[in-house]
Amino acid sequence: MADVLPADTIRCDACPVLCYIKRGQTGACDRYGNADGQLVRVDPHILLDRAKSQGAPLVPFLERESEWDGTLVKGKDTFVTAIGAGTTYPDYKPAPFIVSSEVDGVDMVTVVTEGIFSYCGVKLKIDTDRNLGPERNLVRAQGEPVGHVTTAEYGSQMLSLGGVHRLTGGTKSEGRVTCETLLDLCNGKEVELTIDEGARVRVAAGKAPVVNGQQEERMRVGCGSATIGMFAKQWLGKVDDVVVVDDHITGVLSEHQAGKFLGVRQTGIAIKGRRSTPGRYFQVANPGTGWGGTDISDPLTILKPFKEKFAWPKLRLLMVSTTGEQFAYFELDELLRPVQEELPAELQESVARIRENCEPALTTVLFMAGAGGSLRAGVTENPVKLTHSVKASLTRVTCGGAPAYIWPGGGITFMVDVTRMPENAFGYVPTPALVAPMEFTLKKEDYAALGGHMDHMRPLSEVLAEKERKRQVHSLPENPWPLQPRRAKE
Amino acid sequence: MRDPAIVRMLPDERRMHLHDGPIDLIVEANGTSDTVSAAYEAAAKRFVTVLDELCGELPLLRAQTRRDSQMLRGAVAKRMAAAVAPYAEECFITPMAAVAGAVAEEILYTMTGAAQLTRAYVNNGGDIALHLAPQERYQVGMVGRPDRPSLFGAVEISYGMPVRGIATSGWRGRSFSLGIADAVTVLAETAAMADTAATIIANAVNLPEHPRISRVPATEIAPDSDLGSRLVTRAVGVLRDSEVAAALESGANVARELHERGLIVAAALNLQRETRVVSATDGREFTEFSQRSLLHA
Repeated sequence: MADVLPADTIRCDACPVLCYIKRGQTGACDRYGNADGQLVRVDPHILLDRAKSQGAPLVPFLERESEWDGTLVKGKDTFVTAIGAGTTYPDYKPAPFIVSSEVDGVDMVTVVTEGIFSYCGVKLKIDTDRNLGPERNLVRAQGEPVGHVTTAEYGSQMLSLGGVHRLTGGTKSEGRVTCETLLDLCNGKEVELTIDEGARVRVAAGKAPVVNGQQEERMRVGCGSATIGMFAKQWLGKVDDVVVVDDHITGVLSEHQAGKFLGVRQTGIAIKGRRSTPGRYFQVANPGTGWGGTDISDPLTILKPFKEKFAWPKLRLLMVSTTGEQFAYFELDELLRPVQEELPAELQESVARIRENCEPALTTVLFMAGAGGSLRAGVTENPVKLTHSVKASLTRVTCGGAPAYIWPGGGITFMVDVTRMPENAFGYVPTPALVAPMEFTLKKEDYAALGGHMDHMRPLSEVLAEKERKRQVHSLPENPWPLQPRRAKE
Repeated sequence: MRDPAIVRMLPDERRMHLHDGPIDLIVEANGTSDTVSAAYEAAAKRFVTVLDELCGELPLLRAQTRRDSQMLRGAVAKRMAAAVAPYAEECFITPMAAVAGAVAEEILYTMTGAAQLTRAYVNNGGDIALHLAPQERYQVGMVGRPDRPSLFGAVEISYGMPVRGIATSGWRGRSFSLGIADAVTVLAETAAMADTAATIIANAVNLPEHPRISRVPATEIAPDSDLGSRLVTRAVGVLRDSEVAAALESGANVARELHERGLIVAAALNLQRETRVVSATDGREFTEFSQRSLLHA
C-alpha cells in the first residue's frame, strides 16, 4: 500500500490492524471512524448532554480517557437515554440501566429501557387545506394499507397510521410495510403515502408536506369568513367586494358582518353553495387541491351572475384564497360581467399580508404507544405502582429525553413529538413492532417506595465510566431537562 | 497511540470482556469458582497477544487461499487456513473469512486446556465457540439485524450434538458480504468452520444484477479490504416475496451442498423476515419465534 494516502483517507493507529479509513466510514472495528478527516470514536448508546447553548449540534463522543475524563461526569448535566440501551424483554428482569444521580441535592433515579411496542402508531398532522381524501379511507404505503384518514383540524388534515391491527392483524406484508412506514416517520425520514380516492403525499416530521407533487408552503390564515374579519378594514375603499375562497367557509366582504359594520355597500354578488349566515358559504365547490382547498382553478366558477339591481359597471372585485397563494382581480364590464385585470398595487399589500400571516405548513408526527406488560416489570416489582406513580406525576416519562404526554385513564399510553427526540431513536423487531426508548425518572425514595429494583441501581458516574457504546448528544433547548425533580401535578 | 487491550469483568461479575482493536469477545465459563478463575486468567493471558500475532502476517491472511498457499505461522492463523482450505478449489476465499471464529476457538481452547469447565463460550461478535461437558446445553438466540434488538429464532445446542461453533454472516454485519442475506446463522463442528460457511452461504443468498440492490467495490469503502474490487452489498430494497424465495433458495442450495460435504451441521438463512432452514433434522434444532411471542410492550 502506498505511503501517500488519497485525500479522503486516513490511517487509524488505534490498533495494529492500521486500517485505512475513507471519509464517512469506520475501520474494521466499527468503533473508530473518519469524520471529515479526523479519527473519532463512534458508538451507539446515546447520552443526552444538557446543552448550555441553543441548538447545539450533535457531537461525536470521544472516549479515550484522557479526552473525556471530567468533562462528562457532572451528574446532573448528563442524562442516560434509552436509545441503544436495549431491552430485557421478554424477561421480567430489571431494565438494562437503572441509573442514580444527584440533582440539586435530591437523589434521582432514571430507569432506562427500550420498549417493544405492538400497540403503537403515529398521528400525522399535515398542514394543508387541500383535501387529502374522504374520512375513513385507507392510507397506503407501497400499496399496502398502513392507516386511514381521520378528520380535519384547523388548517390541517389528520391521518392515523399503524396501530396494533395494522401491525399484526392483517397480512404479513401489510404488517411489514406498516412497521417500516412508522419507523421511517419516527426517525424523521420521508415517506410517500397514497390515500384511496384521494391525494398522494410525501411527508416527513418537521418538514413541509408535498401534496400531489406540490410542496405546501403555508397554512391558511383562517377560514374564508375569518379572513374577511381580519382584513376587512385594510380593504375598505380600495376594492368594492372581496371573496375569500375556502373549502370550509367562503367569505364575502359586502355581506359579512365585518363589511356591514364598516358600511360596505351591497354589490349584488351571488355565490354558489349553501349560505350559512350572511357572507358565509359552505360547499362553494368540491374539496380538492385547487383554490383554498377546493377543486377549482378558475374562481369565477363559484359566482352566479351579479344582480343588476345592486351591481354597477367598473365594480372592483378581489378573489383570494385563504393562504393568499391564489388571487385574481376583476372589474365588471357594461354588461356586469367580471373581466380580469392586473392586481392594483394597493391590493397587493393585503394579499401579501394574508400570506405572511400564514404559518409555515409542516407535517408533525406524534408517536403514540402504550407501555404495559414486562416493560413496567423492568422498572418495578409491582408494575401497577409505576402506573400510579406516573399518573400522580411523581415519575417523569421521557422518550430519548423528550417529554411524553401521558393520556389520562388506565395504563401508560403516551404521545411524543418525534422531532424532539435524538436522531434515529427508533428501531423495530420483526414481530412486527416498534422499539422506542423510554426513561422513567423519579426520586430515589419514591422509587424505593414503588418496589424498584434498588439492587440494580448504579451511579451515573459508573455508567459513564464504562468503556463502550456511548454517544453524547445535546438536549434540545425546548425540552425540559428530564432530571429536574418534578413537583406533583406539574 | 495503540489503545491497550481491555480485559475486564462485566458489571454482572460473571462474564469477561476482552477487547483489542477490532476484536471484541464476551466470555463466560461455568464450573467451580476456582476453575472459572483459572480459565479466565488463561484466556486473558492468551488474548493480549492475539491481535499482534495476526497483524504480523496480515498480508498473507488477506491473500486468496490456493492449494499452494504459503504456510501460516500463528496458531490462530493456522485455524483460519484450515477452515477455509476446503473452499479454495471452487471459489475466491481468504483466511480472513474465518478470523472471528478462529479467535473465539483459540481462546476457548486455552480456557478448556487450563481448567475443567462444565460449560464455556467465547462470543466474538456473534461468532461463537462453545464447550459443553456431558449433559450440558446452551440456548442461543439468533438476531436478524445487528442494528436492531430482534431475535428471529433460537437454537439449543446440547452435548450430544456435533456442534461447537456458531457463526452469523450477512450484509448488515460488520464484515462485507457479496450476498443480500440479512443473516445466515450456521452451526458447525468448530467456530472457524461455522464462520467460513456462514460467509459462503450468505454470499450465495443473492439476486445478481437486481436493480434494488446497491453494491460497491469493497475497496471503495475499505481501501485495504481482502475482497479487493469485488462488489459488496450496501443496501437492499424491499423485495417481492418471489424474489426473497429465489434468493433464499440459491443460498439454501449451497448450504445443502456444504451439509453433504460435512462442512456444516445446520444453517438458518434469514432475508427480509423470511427464514429458511437447512439441516438433517428438518430444522428441529431451530425454534422460530412465533408471531405471538413478542406481542406486547
